[in-house]
Amino acid sequence: MELLFDSLFNGVAIGSVLLVAALGLAIVFGLMGVINLAHGELMMLGAYTTYVTQLIFKLPILKPFYNSYIIVSIFLAFIVSGVVGILLEKTIIRRLYGSPLETLLATWGVSLILQQFVRSVPLAYGTGLVISLIIGLFLPSTFPSKIKESINFKYFKFSTWLFAALTGVLTGSIISSSVSKLSRASARNVDVTAPSWMRGQVEIIGTAFPKTRLMIIVITLISVIAITLFLNQSAWGMRIRAVTQNRQMSDCLGISTEKVDIITFGIGSGLAGVAGVAVSLLGSVGPNVGGNYIVGCFMVVVLGGVGNLLGTVFASFGIGIMTDLIGAGRLLSIWPDMPLPLSNTINFFATTSMARVMIFALIVIFLQFKPTGLFPQKGRMVEN
Amino acid sequence: MRISRRILAGLATASLAVTATSCGGGGTSGSFDDTVTVGILHSLSGTMAISESTLVDTEKMAIEEINAAGGVKVGGKSYKIEYIVEDGASDWPTFAEKSKKLIDQDGVPVVFGGWTSASRKAMLPVYESKDAFLYYPIQYEAQECSNNIFYTGATPNQQSEPATDFMYKRSPAAGGDFFLVGSDYVFPRTSNTITKAQVKQLGGKVVGEDYLPLGNTEVAPIISKIKKALPEGGIIINTLNGDQNVAFFKQIQDAGITPSSGYYVMNYSIAEEEISTIGPEFLEGHYGAWNYMMSIDTPASKKFAKSFKKRWGADRVVADPQESAYNMVYLWKQAVEDAGTFDDNAVREALVGQKFDAPQGPVEVMPNHHLSQTVRIGEINAEGGFTILEETGVVLPQAWNQKHPSSKGFACDWTDPSKGEKYKL
Amino acid sequence: MSFSKIKFDKKIVLSFWIILIALIIAAPTLLPVFRLNLLGRYLSLSIVALGVDLIWGYTGLLSLGQGIFFALGGYCAAMYLQITSSSEFPNNIPEFFALYGVEKLPFFWEPFRSPIFTFFAIWIIPALIAGLIGFLVFRNRIKGVYFSILTQASLLVFFNFFNGQQKLINGTNGLKTDVTQLFGQMVGSESMQRIFFWITAMLVIAAWFFAKWVIKGRFGNILIGIRDDEPRVRFTGYNPVIFKTIIFSIAGGLAGISGALYTVQSGIVSPQFMTVPFSIEMVIWVAVGGRGTLLGAILGAVFINYAKSLVSEALPASWMFIQGGLFILVVTALPEGVLGWIKGDGPRNLLQRFGLKRKIETYPSLEVNNKEVNNE
Repeated sequence: MELLFDSLFNGVAIGSVLLVAALGLAIVFGLMGVINLAHGELMMLGAYTTYVTQLIFKLPILKPFYNSYIIVSIFLAFIVSGVVGILLEKTIIRRLYGSPLETLLATWGVSLILQQFVRSVPLAYGTGLVISLIIGLFLPSTFPSKIKESINFKYFKFSTWLFAALTGVLTGSIISSSVSKLSRASARNVDVTAPSWMRGQVEIIGTAFPKTRLMIIVITLISVIAITLFLNQSAWGMRIRAVTQNRQMSDCLGISTEKVDIITFGIGSGLAGVAGVAVSLLGSVGPNVGGNYIVGCFMVVVLGGVGNLLGTVFASFGIGIMTDLIGAGRLLSIWPDMPLPLSNTINFFATTSMARVMIFALIVIFLQFKPTGLFPQKGRMVEN
Repeated sequence: MRISRRILAGLATASLAVTATSCGGGGTSGSFDDTVTVGILHSLSGTMAISESTLVDTEKMAIEEINAAGGVKVGGKSYKIEYIVEDGASDWPTFAEKSKKLIDQDGVPVVFGGWTSASRKAMLPVYESKDAFLYYPIQYEAQECSNNIFYTGATPNQQSEPATDFMYKRSPAAGGDFFLVGSDYVFPRTSNTITKAQVKQLGGKVVGEDYLPLGNTEVAPIISKIKKALPEGGIIINTLNGDQNVAFFKQIQDAGITPSSGYYVMNYSIAEEEISTIGPEFLEGHYGAWNYMMSIDTPASKKFAKSFKKRWGADRVVADPQESAYNMVYLWKQAVEDAGTFDDNAVREALVGQKFDAPQGPVEVMPNHHLSQTVRIGEINAEGGFTILEETGVVLPQAWNQKHPSSKGFACDWTDPSKGEKYKL
Repeated sequence: MSFSKIKFDKKIVLSFWIILIALIIAAPTLLPVFRLNLLGRYLSLSIVALGVDLIWGYTGLLSLGQGIFFALGGYCAAMYLQITSSSEFPNNIPEFFALYGVEKLPFFWEPFRSPIFTFFAIWIIPALIAGLIGFLVFRNRIKGVYFSILTQASLLVFFNFFNGQQKLINGTNGLKTDVTQLFGQMVGSESMQRIFFWITAMLVIAAWFFAKWVIKGRFGNILIGIRDDEPRVRFTGYNPVIFKTIIFSIAGGLAGISGALYTVQSGIVSPQFMTVPFSIEMVIWVAVGGRGTLLGAILGAVFINYAKSLVSEALPASWMFIQGGLFILVVTALPEGVLGWIKGDGPRNLLQRFGLKRKIETYPSLEVNNKEVNNE
């Protein structure tokens, strides 16, 4: 019994990492039909945000609040990845709606650039750049409408960007001169250390669970609940669903589809950032951290059924539990005296690398029987 | 005023950092008669760039030191060493391609390069078919002895064997069961084959092993295996690579696999550089085995650490792989000067028997193209260094491991034409 | 008259071919060894690019898993070379087996003792596996991005399998061919490499003719029909599954040949050929050269790889930026690729933008008439 419980927890723990990583993709891919191969790199930005936040919280002024840096970094990571995602949507993805294969190639290009960016630009200036992006993108929308409608608005916009650039450079320089670790570009992986209250284990019903894993499960749960509420209860959520279902009709009814696209993509990207925080708690943070998850994320979304959040949840926990069952060879301990050929096969796949082979093969086989995933979208079109 | 100058300096660094570093041998000086160009081939991009870039830094430093001391003196002329840095891109075929380029196109007399065993295995046929010379600075699984490669890292009998012995006989977990964890490639697999044979000889028991594919950081299944196989604590031999260690140590600590609960991890790939990345709080109380440790208290060791910090920044550390890289540049220089020519074959002959007062202590090139070295076992301390617990005398290298079933009773000797790569003892 | 419609004189075509063949024969004397080797390898990559162009450019199937078939071809060739040169090692099996304590040759190695089997295996095994994967996927009407994601997942299955199986296939290290023997000659030697270069060049030309033949006629028309409107093709009475499976396995076979040639010239085949980035790169060669133009695929593969090797020699860190930028640029600004851009009157449009006058060409007769009017 304890064994089963342990296995279930492990599966849920592995699955919740997958889920939080795939959640943003489920929105961007499921609702907008955009194949964002840079999703992993948006996660990476979230992980680096956690690292930068951690170092900034070590400064004397913020030292007393050090223990809460991880909470702050969840919000910051959401904003950073969200803003980068919005920029991506505004510059590239907007031109490519309706041609998913082209989006796939372009976002792969973006992912290469982002990876190299964190390698060759000091994080302090990267932070500065993100700050100037935030100012440049959002400050104009706070202007009074009198200015917005004036003919000289483009000059206002231009000076906002100038101001944003200056602020970015300034903050970059300040950070770089006060935190020496952020002042130099480095290809080295960095490390996020969880605050002391998140380390160690906690005992639930006689079994000890790692606190970081529990934290990730909590982050995942909150994200799933928040995004479900947002999509189903809020006005913008309704608009997003409307545009997903029938873009032209929504446009006719006065919904700004452009704004909906930006918001949807921004939220999807922001969730990638949150996933980055979760991932940074488990391992090291480096340029390739997101790339390790991206294919798994797509498999989760496809397996769950595109455009269905519930399917994504089921798929990720399913994959998580299977990974643990196969990878740790648990079937053997549940049924110790199984026939030899079977136990040999199980042992063959009971290594981490062969478990991956098995999982992916199982997914591909599953899709033979249910090509549209666990919870398919219903439609009567020839093309769906 | 002061802050603004620092900001300006910061800006300058930023602009410098954006333009990628390119190669070149540094400033010119009039006091040399000629120049010689050597090749440096490590990953500057991709997953291995993290580790390999420190070797490039060390090799550059060694070359600069030699140049500052008057360069290489061959036949009464002094040569300034220049270098071409090529990027192996963490991709094994690229290592082979760039080796061909350095040999055929640039005509360098020697290449310093490689880190992973796979990259070395990919380069080996290139050097053998072109009869060129590669210097390889990493501790590795041995079971190889090429006439065209010179290995300055430790062989298993200079690292893992004394370490296993220590763990089984004298560590706090002495007599306990072993669990082996590694990344999924040739070094961990071979090293663990040797460890298994050795543990069996010692009378111990290996209760499990698992390998994590490179790039994968989901260690939860491995942790449940460890807990199942070693419920009461025991010895874990860790050969995980690079950043996978971060995931491993963070998560085993969270899962309660710590020295205080009776689990002791012996690491073969964690040096000072990695400790500072992972964080000493995760590693304190575990062990490492190396030839060089930064905490060695000798003038040569201190000088090495000091000049590295001076050259590359006060927050940088030196570790065993860097020391090997440093040694090999000096050994090459000595051999060239002894041979009186840059010619491959003459240098190769002059190389065997070269002695060097390395930061770890005296080293000597053996006829099997490996180095005799000192082995040290250290406990990782809270300051991020090793507290040295044991120090062997100079250990001779075994290119063919005497515990591995496939190579027991074989040795390698390139000075005797009748023996060569692999002969029966 | 647009570029694509220029009809070349037969003599010009003939002399073009003569010059090309002369260049290929003379290349070993014109280029230094290292560059020749690079050119040979990049030419062999252009064969896999031709396959990608057939399935993506002509049939609209974006496969991100061509690395599987490429690597399989490479493994077939390398297994044969390793096994024929293993007589001096213990148990007469390739050297690496000893590292893992394997004494008996795994069963699937046995057939590779035969050169004839290997010759066919290099292209038939990848083609069969491609056909199988393709059939299973197409049968379920999985297409578009789902097809791409599934091919990528299959790629990971193969990568993890080859990477994790040290005892069967030497895992991460891969198989090396440079110091193996073929017909009594060392594969890595200069004379053998020269021969491989010639074989590669000839096979590129052969593959090009083959691909031209495939896309010609009704078969090719159906492929393009599938690309542009698959349901209509199905409703017309054709079964797209069969056509897609055939073209996918043709592309797989081409990838296998390409992989084998690449392996013998680079001296190693390893699971790195099955990594995700490499397979995506193959697509970008075609995209840059011009999807739907066979010549574009060949030129794209050769030039991008050459550029990669030159840039990474000079500025190692910047290649990722350039490559990433290239992806974005091609997709947003040059969706038809460079050759497509030229064919589609891109240069003229560009010149016009710089103020150069553009001749009316929509109605050639008008122009002729004008002339006549002027003459009068």
